[in-house]
Amino acid sequence: MCGIVGLFLKDKSLEPELGSMLTKMLVTMTDRGPDSAGIAIYSNDSMGKSKIVLQSDTPEIDFAGLDTALGNAIGAPVTMKIANTHAVMTLPEGTIENARAVIADINPALRIMSRGDTLEIYKEVGLPKDVAARFEIEQMSGSHGIGHTRMATESAVTTMGAHPFNTGNDQCLVHNGSLSNHASLRRKLRRQGIHIETENDTEVGAAYLTWQMQNGATLGEALQSSLDDLDGFFTFVVGTKDGFGVVRDPIACKPAVMAETDQYVAFGSEYRALVDLPGIETARVWEPEPATVYFWNHSTKPSKEKAA
Amino acid sequence: MQTLDMAEIALRDLNETLHAQAENTNQTAWEIVNPKGAHAIACGLDAPIEVTVKGHTGYYCGGMNKQATINIKGSAGPGVAENMMSGTVVIDGDASQYAGATGHGGLLVIKGNASSRCGISMKGIDIVVHGNIGHMSAFMAQSGNLVVCGDAGDALGDSLYEARLFVRGSVKSLGADCMEKEMRPEHLEILADLLEKAGADAKPEEFKRYGSARELYTFKIDNAY
Repeated sequence: MCGIVGLFLKDKSLEPELGSMLTKMLVTMTDRGPDSAGIAIYSNDSMGKSKIVLQSDTPEIDFAGLDTALGNAIGAPVTMKIANTHAVMTLPEGTIENARAVIADINPALRIMSRGDTLEIYKEVGLPKDVAARFEIEQMSGSHGIGHTRMATESAVTTMGAHPFNTGNDQCLVHNGSLSNHASLRRKLRRQGIHIETENDTEVGAAYLTWQMQNGATLGEALQSSLDDLDGFFTFVVGTKDGFGVVRDPIACKPAVMAETDQYVAFGSEYRALVDLPGIETARVWEPEPATVYFWNHSTKPSKEKAA
Repeated sequence: MQTLDMAEIALRDLNETLHAQAENTNQTAWEIVNPKGAHAIACGLDAPIEVTVKGHTGYYCGGMNKQATINIKGSAGPGVAENMMSGTVVIDGDASQYAGATGHGGLLVIKGNASSRCGISMKGIDIVVHGNIGHMSAFMAQSGNLVVCGDAGDALGDSLYEARLFVRGSVKSLGADCMEKEMRPEHLEILADLLEKAGADAKPEEFKRYGSARELYTFKIDNAY
């Protein structure tokens, strides 16, 4: 069991409230996943910058002077904002790949939580309310975000085993369920040169999507093929730069509830997660169908692709 | 009418209050407000009372019900009316997965659609769905009637025993050992009765009946121990 929440705002006036709305949703899902929690939040405008979020177990040591060190290494100005165990490094657009390559040289203890123009991922071990408080998620604004509360079944309770998982620039994945072929798929993906750090099943799912997209698939195509290649139970929610997507395995035993109003599209593992949203009493509430890829984004109308 | 407000009363206190109602209680009408998707609302009731839940419910609403009539003025989460013994549960909206699972008796009415595994392992309950049902419905269903006024999803009635399945619309696919069967006068009679009880505007003649072909391993006497 795990809990997933997602919120995609259509009404710009709600954007300052995104962090507090998502935090309430996340905390409601605590009894589905008290082990660790994480949140991916997308700000509306990158203003020509990119961001890498780093994590350290000893932030006071590892983050000291890190902005200067990273700036010197990539030859560009870098600013740093520290939030508890995480540091948001802001760098010029187009320098992400360069920065990723040198971070391990600067300090191999640093872990990359997320990379992209608008995405920031914060995740840690602990109760969702405590994790949200550590990073002051409630204060954050943004256009959309997804969150996860984990009840670990397949691997250890660690920061790197917490969701969301970053799958590419401005992309992330959260998962409720368990993948049963993750060991063989991990070996296969590692042979293809894909970096997989932990024994976690969802990290393999995330790496699978990354690998598919490196080979030219769109996110929608990668999700579609995950229905054939991933064995096990999953409800996935993926965050993208301009929206989010939902897919459930064909058996669909992991729950999912969606709600839509003129102001937002929301996702919850249970309806309980949605009850504090404005206008929920009159929202359209439904369950996403099995083996069907859904997307909501700001640039196009909602789409729904049925698996062949 | 007694009103229980879930914004003020704990779930356990709410259920204990309803459990305390005896066979001959004078307090026969109950209203539950602010359910907000909570789990296990009005579970294990055993008195001829009528409970109306004003809103959406979470997991297992009306589970193990005996005698009571439970009206849900909204949609129901997974496992609604699971293992019902008798009485009636009526859902105005949709029902999530495994509605009426393992039910031994009583009537479950879903006025919207039901999700996957509706009536899984049903053991005598009657289920009437005004809309559609999802995949793997009536899996290993043992007895009782499942009536679907809309369409059925994949693998309907897989590994079915003696339950009767009636579907008015299309069936996406039949599960292992499930087959279409002839509609005899006694089936039309059962169907007419259930449709009337469930307030469904459909004619028995519009339905097809499905049942077990009795070809699986479990039906072969030589496999008995």
